[in-house]
Amino acid sequence: MADRARDNHVVEQVDVAVLGGGNAGLCAALAARQAGASVVVLEGAPKAFRGGNSRHTRNLRSMHEAPTDLLIDAYTEDEFVTDLIRVTGGRTDEALARRVVRDSAGCPAWIRSFGARLQPPLKGTLHLDRTNVFFLGGGKALMNSYYAAADRLGIRVRYEAQVADIELLDGAIRTVLIREPDGLRTIKAKAFVLAAGGFEANIEWLKEIWGAAADNFIVRGTPYNTGTVLKLMLDRGAQPVGDPTQFHAVAIDGRAPKFDGGIVTRLDCISLGIVVNQNGVRFYDEGEDFWPKRYAIWGRLVAQQPDQIAYSIVDSKSANLFMPSVFPPISASTITDLARQVGLAPSALERTVDDYNRAIHPGTFNHAVLDDCHTSGLEVEKTHWARPLDTPPFWAYPLRPGITFTYLGLKVDERARVMMTNRETASNVFAAGEIMAGNILGQGYVAGVGMTIGTVFGRIAGSEAGALAVA
Amino acid sequence: MPSPNALEHGQHVMTVCNACRYCEAYCPVFQAMEQRTSFAKGDVLYLANLCHNCGECLYACQYAPPHEFGIDVPRALAEIRLASYEEYCWPRFMSGIFRRSGVVMSLAISLVSMALLWMFVRSSAARADFYAVIPHDVMVGVFGLAGSVIVLSMTIGLARALKTFGGPERAAPRGLRDALTLRHLHATGEDCTRDVETRTPWRRYFHHCTFYGFALCLASTTVAAIYHTFFGWRAPYAYASIPVVLGTVGGVGLFVGPVGLLAQYRRRDVQLKDPAQRGMDLSFIVMLLMTSVTGLMLLVLRGSTSMPVLLVVHLGFVLGFFVTMPYGKFVHGIYRTAALLKFASETS
Repeated sequence: MADRARDNHVVEQVDVAVLGGGNAGLCAALAARQAGASVVVLEGAPKAFRGGNSRHTRNLRSMHEAPTDLLIDAYTEDEFVTDLIRVTGGRTDEALARRVVRDSAGCPAWIRSFGARLQPPLKGTLHLDRTNVFFLGGGKALMNSYYAAADRLGIRVRYEAQVADIELLDGAIRTVLIREPDGLRTIKAKAFVLAAGGFEANIEWLKEIWGAAADNFIVRGTPYNTGTVLKLMLDRGAQPVGDPTQFHAVAIDGRAPKFDGGIVTRLDCISLGIVVNQNGVRFYDEGEDFWPKRYAIWGRLVAQQPDQIAYSIVDSKSANLFMPSVFPPISASTITDLARQVGLAPSALERTVDDYNRAIHPGTFNHAVLDDCHTSGLEVEKTHWARPLDTPPFWAYPLRPGITFTYLGLKVDERARVMMTNRETASNVFAAGEIMAGNILGQGYVAGVGMTIGTVFGRIAGSEAGALAVA
Repeated sequence: MPSPNALEHGQHVMTVCNACRYCEAYCPVFQAMEQRTSFAKGDVLYLANLCHNCGECLYACQYAPPHEFGIDVPRALAEIRLASYEEYCWPRFMSGIFRRSGVVMSLAISLVSMALLWMFVRSSAARADFYAVIPHDVMVGVFGLAGSVIVLSMTIGLARALKTFGGPERAAPRGLRDALTLRHLHATGEDCTRDVETRTPWRRYFHHCTFYGFALCLASTTVAAIYHTFFGWRAPYAYASIPVVLGTVGGVGLFVGPVGLLAQYRRRDVQLKDPAQRGMDLSFIVMLLMTSVTGLMLLVLRGSTSMPVLLVVHLGFVLGFFVTMPYGKFVHGIYRTAALLKFASETS
């Protein structure tokens, strides 16, 4: 058996094969099964780490015309579409965006129909109680419910099934070759759903774009998003969408693990103090806007600094004003000592802090509004929440760029069909989730929309693939 | 003393959880955690005793083993809970018993109790009249003494727990209700899971059978004592009398509950259990079961010639159970209730 597998003689036949076991993949698998097709899910990760980046998520953005049991007021189709156009700077396929928005209304009911549970927003996630439903227990709990439902419905899941090759002929995938711990296996299906995520965990690929700097990037999510399926499809003539060089990144604690650190590695203290690079110099307005509106630009900002590292520095006045962080701050009673501890030139940091402290116009500090505490006369001003760093202990947190997802994807049409460079659609290939999110998110991000795209297009891709396979 | 490792690990776990907070809606552990930014020893002991040891947060956790953060809240808090029992124990020199107790030890203590009681047997041929076998004053003396030690020991334990928790600041009846209904095993509207996606009410039901069975048995004895002392009505009481009805219903509950809990215990995910508590958990359930089985047998066979032996066996188990009560699993109910009262107080 093992020898035959190694010789690539094990061929498995199924109606629909889903490549990827995250949110989009499971939604596609469930929808295809509901359409009457036999389904296999090929998940690259072992069971304990199944679910791709969905494992780290916690909510989904959902439009609604009237209050629901989970969401207040209304979040209309137009408002949601407008939000998407705004955050992407217009880099969105409006027809697909509108489809996502419209279908997002049905997502909560769909999720619940598989036994998964939802809840109103978590405490401390202000501004989301109108727009986002939360998964009770988070994204891994959601994935557990989907996997349990898949099991009940007779969907087979192959774990540690890494895609090695895709055989694509005349606009149709014939077979997919997978590498499993016990050997190779060929999967033959009538239709294929590609839901294998982006390439943010593929450091070699990132290096092609960012050079050696990519070694200093931290991947916030799954190490299994290596972009293998994306690359194979692009090599075989699928049409790309989205900027191939860009990724969504936030500034996270530099001590986070290389992969899979998830939510707890975030730092919410940046707007309360100053941020300096390795030269001890400030480089951007830390108080430009509310932190939830600015956290997403800081990944890029830090990525552009020497050695891709920066330090957020606050004093004890701010100690209780931000969400507790998982790593303890580096603490010192003087700026000089703090600089020594984090490895900065003390004189440079002292000068930066002195200049900053002197440039502050005293005002009435209020972190809940855009207050009037600001600097003037600096090369890089701080426009809000500027208070002198003068009350020890002083705290420093190292910052690194933490990549969440990449924008490069496969171009699809409204039926989730993958489009080829010859402008035709592939006949039996559908895509869902991060691998095609670039159609809708050309740049930027708005909380919970990744899960919306995955759920909506997972359902579309699964229904289409299922219908095609049983026709 | 809680081992520094268990405590430190608990503090690490709570720090990760407090930066994540995805489990906030599951139960009070996370809601109480969010009210704190750091976790002193008393905080961790309080949170540990709030935990009802279901599996929801483990299975939902993106940082659960084999993730390098290795977050297993139910297991970490179980270990700290055991440490807290040792910490609160009175007299202190008995604190080593929790980790060493087991079914064999409890049965041995029961056998010694039986031997002790056998010395007081006045007639081994009596039928139906318990006091003809063991005089009333002896029963009152032996169980009164054991009961006083238990009450004293557990009162001191409770006081110590409240001191480290920081005590409830005001009376919160909601806390008592939550304890009596096991509300937090189904507070999300569905029962908590015992496996990745297996939500059943049985653990809760069997716990109710056990607890209320025990309470009814206690009530039965109390009513009988009142009958005897104040009205001069002597046992045995008729099958339809209040003490017998209470004792029978309670005994059945105390049989069904432990049998169900034993079955649940065997099926439980090892990731949720602290292996150091296996002996303590099992001996507690077995002792409750032996008490109810021998009690029900005594009821049925009270008119037969085997009654005197059965009486000594039953009372031996009851005495053995009483003696081990403050130094075994029983105390979880006291500290859990104390934690629930504090939670109700700090969130009302």
